[in-house]
Amino acid sequence: MARVVVDVMLKPEILDPQGQAVLGALARLGHSDITSVRQGKRFELELDAAPDAAALEEVASTLLANTVIEDYSIRVEES
Amino acid sequence: MTRNVDTVKDAETTPEVAQPFAELGLKPDEYSQIREHLGRRPTSSELAMYSVMWSEHCSYKSSKVHLRQFGEKVPSEAKDILLVGMGENAGVVDVGDGLAVTFKIESHNHPSYVEPYQGAATGIGGIVRDILTMGARPVAVMDPLRFGAADAPDTHRVLPGVVAGIGGYGNCLGLPNIGGEVVFDETYLGNPLVNALCVGVVPHDRIQLSAATGAGNHVILFGAKTGGDGIGGVSVLASETFDDEGPSKRPSVQVGDPFAEKVLIEACQELFEQQLVVGIQDLGGAGISCATSEMASNGDSGMHVWLDRVPLRDSTLAPEEILMSESQERMCAVVAPDKLDAFMAVCRKWDVEAVAIGEVNDSGRLTIEWHGAQIVDVPPKTVAHDGPVYERPFARPQWQDALQADAPTSLPRPTSGDELRAALLQLVASPNLASKAWVTDQYDRYVMGNTVLAQPEDSGIVRITDDGLGVAVSTDGNGRYGKLDPYAGAQLALAEAYRNVATTGAKPLAVTNCLNFGSPEDTDVMWQFAETTRGLADACLKLGVPVTGGNVSFYNQTGDTAILPTPVIGVLGVIDDVARRTPLAWDGDGDAIWLLGETSDEFGGSEWAHLQGHLGGLPPAVDLDRERQIAEIAVAASRDGLLTAAHDVSVGGLGVTLAEMALRSGKGARIFLPDDADPFISLFSESAGRIVFVVPRSEEVRFTDMCTARGVPATRIGVVDSSIEGLEVQDSFTAALDELRAASEGTFPSLFG
Repeated sequence: MARVVVDVMLKPEILDPQGQAVLGALARLGHSDITSVRQGKRFELELDAAPDAAALEEVASTLLANTVIEDYSIRVEES
Repeated sequence: MTRNVDTVKDAETTPEVAQPFAELGLKPDEYSQIREHLGRRPTSSELAMYSVMWSEHCSYKSSKVHLRQFGEKVPSEAKDILLVGMGENAGVVDVGDGLAVTFKIESHNHPSYVEPYQGAATGIGGIVRDILTMGARPVAVMDPLRFGAADAPDTHRVLPGVVAGIGGYGNCLGLPNIGGEVVFDETYLGNPLVNALCVGVVPHDRIQLSAATGAGNHVILFGAKTGGDGIGGVSVLASETFDDEGPSKRPSVQVGDPFAEKVLIEACQELFEQQLVVGIQDLGGAGISCATSEMASNGDSGMHVWLDRVPLRDSTLAPEEILMSESQERMCAVVAPDKLDAFMAVCRKWDVEAVAIGEVNDSGRLTIEWHGAQIVDVPPKTVAHDGPVYERPFARPQWQDALQADAPTSLPRPTSGDELRAALLQLVASPNLASKAWVTDQYDRYVMGNTVLAQPEDSGIVRITDDGLGVAVSTDGNGRYGKLDPYAGAQLALAEAYRNVATTGAKPLAVTNCLNFGSPEDTDVMWQFAETTRGLADACLKLGVPVTGGNVSFYNQTGDTAILPTPVIGVLGVIDDVARRTPLAWDGDGDAIWLLGETSDEFGGSEWAHLQGHLGGLPPAVDLDRERQIAEIAVAASRDGLLTAAHDVSVGGLGVTLAEMALRSGKGARIFLPDDADPFISLFSESAGRIVFVVPRSEEVRFTDMCTARGVPATRIGVVDSSIEGLEVQDSFTAALDELRAASEGTFPSLFG
């Protein structure tokens, strides 16, 4: 058994309208010390076998992330 | 800033520095031309500007010599209706009541292949800003789309993303999507065509131009911050062919923010209303390079820009990158000093960031500085207008004769009733003719409450005044006809769009075009392009509809295989009272079904032949006089209240036209084909210049008199009959509405889920 977490973030150079909207809302709530927000996605995968790095790469790069505009990172949390 | 920037002084003192002009897409002689213009080597920022502005996409260097025809073969009608012609961001057409309409079509093909959702979304964003720039309020959009074979895996990657992107962006803007096309052909695999059209309405006295005039006036950049979006996107994406590596080679993609665009639209409306701008230009491909150089050249003035004042999303951007960035949702305006405070107040109200980045002057030069160092000093015309112009060689392809000789006459034709019925159902279910509801249901067609007709009607119509004045728009293109005969193909595309507009009761007025082709360096492709422009210009002259602007997209090819030559033609018309529009669906039991025009044995490039895997022969014959006559009848009969429905006959032939009318109405009809004609030809030939009209019995005499007066052959081919619940083709077959509907509506859901 293993839990694998895949974090997907827009590449740094790509515009993040959602993050900007959150930043705007924070400013209106008085949190003007926060200067930037980037919003991403987190996937938690439960495996019933030992994680296979190559297979996880394929899952992340072909389905979970749109590698044209997004980066991803994979980490195994418990095994 | 400690970064080393390449200044004008550096360029003067180090002429020998090697510069990466080839990597930026410039040819050696183009690079020498730049050095000649400047009398020194360009700085790296200047090189960036020239490379992006001299790319095929921005400079039209291969197409210019052919596009001139649209300015030379101008119909006499143009002077009465054209308020702004070609050359500005979009043409402006007078529609009466002190109002004008501006419309334009553009391609976003390559970006949509790389990242379908964002490519298509930013395509909408870009064309909407073009319309906005003219001072108009955008009122509708349309998307003509073309993809590889419907069952190809890559089509399943590209099509859903493109459709979602168009819906996502357009719906957020609150703009109705009133029509378009979805066409499949294997040559578009790897080269999808994502064209976007926008229509806007502007009072005559509010039309804006993009000239920077008045020394001392401010140059203001407003809208979104500048980031690393699509740096070099224009020159790299639009001017290089995708190789066999597929989508792995991926440059930086622009991402759109429709809500930012929405506030930009509203802010601009208020700026125009209060007359706060001298000139305005949107930032699209080539970003700040394009806006500053074009505005300065259009105004015959000079401009100085402090580039470090540009608000950045990413503080690490180099000046070259800022100049080339294609970040979306940005505009550039020239504002007089006494209007500056009011301008800024409007921007604050709409939460739109605005910064004065420059000043208009009399120097005749565009100068740009970066933290005190001069990095650009150029004559703006050399960047914006005096780019290279190529007379690319072209020649009729060697295979053209063989292709035209290979007519589809030897294909086995259906003859029995059962065979004809099967052929009709197969056509109705084919991806090119099947119901596009799966696509258009993802678009908001009725937002703003002014949509009168939308897909699947022949043209989209929106009401633009409270007393019922409306504009109708239709786009058409048929790459298969173009391949068989590009001159005729362009004319047929124009004729169909013109006919579609007239079919709904609107008078066709003006034309926009998006010319999608393969590589201009291929003599075959260049011949197709030359023939297309010649055919289109000749036909526009003959039909009395001027070209108001457009766009060319070259390099749509993979390896040596170019796409079908695909001119997509948009025609705009006007209807005095939208209540008089003619819908597609028939209604009244007993109404007579009339076919206008003549049908002959024309199957070259037809959908029927395509389904047999055949492409050859000649496309249907073009008769522009006939097109004009039947359009006049469609408009006059609609105005006189003689019609309950109409639908043009085109791809798939009369059988498909009648099936679409029955499906849209839910009522059946009895059809009696002419006794002396081959039913296969009657039902499936794609002869041009034909419209089906549905006329109440009480109006038949007036209607036929109208046809006789114009010498147009009219044949009574049937009667609406709700007791039939299908199409009953007498002495041949009956196709039930249920089976037609299952065929038409099942295709897209089963292909795309």
